[in-house]
Amino acid sequence: MIKIRYFGFLKEILNLEEEQIEWPQGDSQALLTYLRSRSDFWAESLSEQNIFRLAINQKIIYQTSPISSGDEVAILPPVTGG
Amino acid sequence: MFWVKIQESPFDAEIPVLDQQIQINNCGAIVSFKGIVRGYDEQEPLSHLYLEHFPGVTEQEIERILQQAKEYWPIESAIVIHRVGRLNIGESIVLVMVAASHRKAAFEASQFIMDYLKTEAPFWKKEFFQNETSRWVKAKESDIEQKKRWQLPS
Repeated sequence: MIKIRYFGFLKEILNLEEEQIEWPQGDSQALLTYLRSRSDFWAESLSEQNIFRLAINQKIIYQTSPISSGDEVAILPPVTGG
Repeated sequence: MFWVKIQESPFDAEIPVLDQQIQINNCGAIVSFKGIVRGYDEQEPLSHLYLEHFPGVTEQEIERILQQAKEYWPIESAIVIHRVGRLNIGESIVLVMVAASHRKAAFEASQFIMDYLKTEAPFWKKEFFQNETSRWVKAKESDIEQKKRWQLPS
C-alpha cells in the first residue's frame, strides 16, 4: 500500500485529500500513468500542466524516482505563493 | 542567522525586533521585502485570500533557497516569514530580510529569494472575490520568467 496526498486545486477538483492504493512496484511516472488511466477526468485533472512536482516521503523529487510500498506520495499542482 | 517560519498570525509587530536581530558584526546593509495582499485581481475586487501549504516540505524548500542564496552571495543573515490560512486584503503575506556587508549582495539575494520562493515553495493561493465567487490562482508565466534571469551554476 502507498498513501497519495493531493494539494491545492487538485484536492478540490478530485474531491480527495488522500487515498491508499495497492502498489506492487514502479516509479513516479508509472504512478501518474496509473492514476491518469482511471478515467478521462483523472487524465485531464493530472495533466502535465497541472502538476508541478511530486514529493516522496516529504522530499520533493526532481526526476523520476522509485516508489515502494509504505511510501507517502504527494502530488503538487503549480505553486502560487509569495 | 538563517531561518524560515510559516505562520497564520500577522508578523508586522515582529519586524522591528527582527531588524535588530539580523544585524551582526560588519553588517552594512539590510534589505527587507514585504508582500501585501492586493485588493483586486484583474480588476475583480477581492474579499480575501486563503493560502494552503505543505507543512514540513515548505520549510525545507525555503531553507534550500536560502542556502543557495548564501552560496552565491556574501550574505550574513536571511530570514523568511510566510503566512498561511485566511488573509484579508491589505495584510502582509510574506517577509524576506537579508543582511550583508554591502547593499548589492543584500538587494540581489533578496530578489533571488523572492523569485525562487514564488516558483518553488509549495504554497497555493485561493482568491475569494467580493461577488462571492472564488478560484485557485494559476501559476504566472511572468514569475517563471523572472526566475530565469538568475543564471546560476547548478
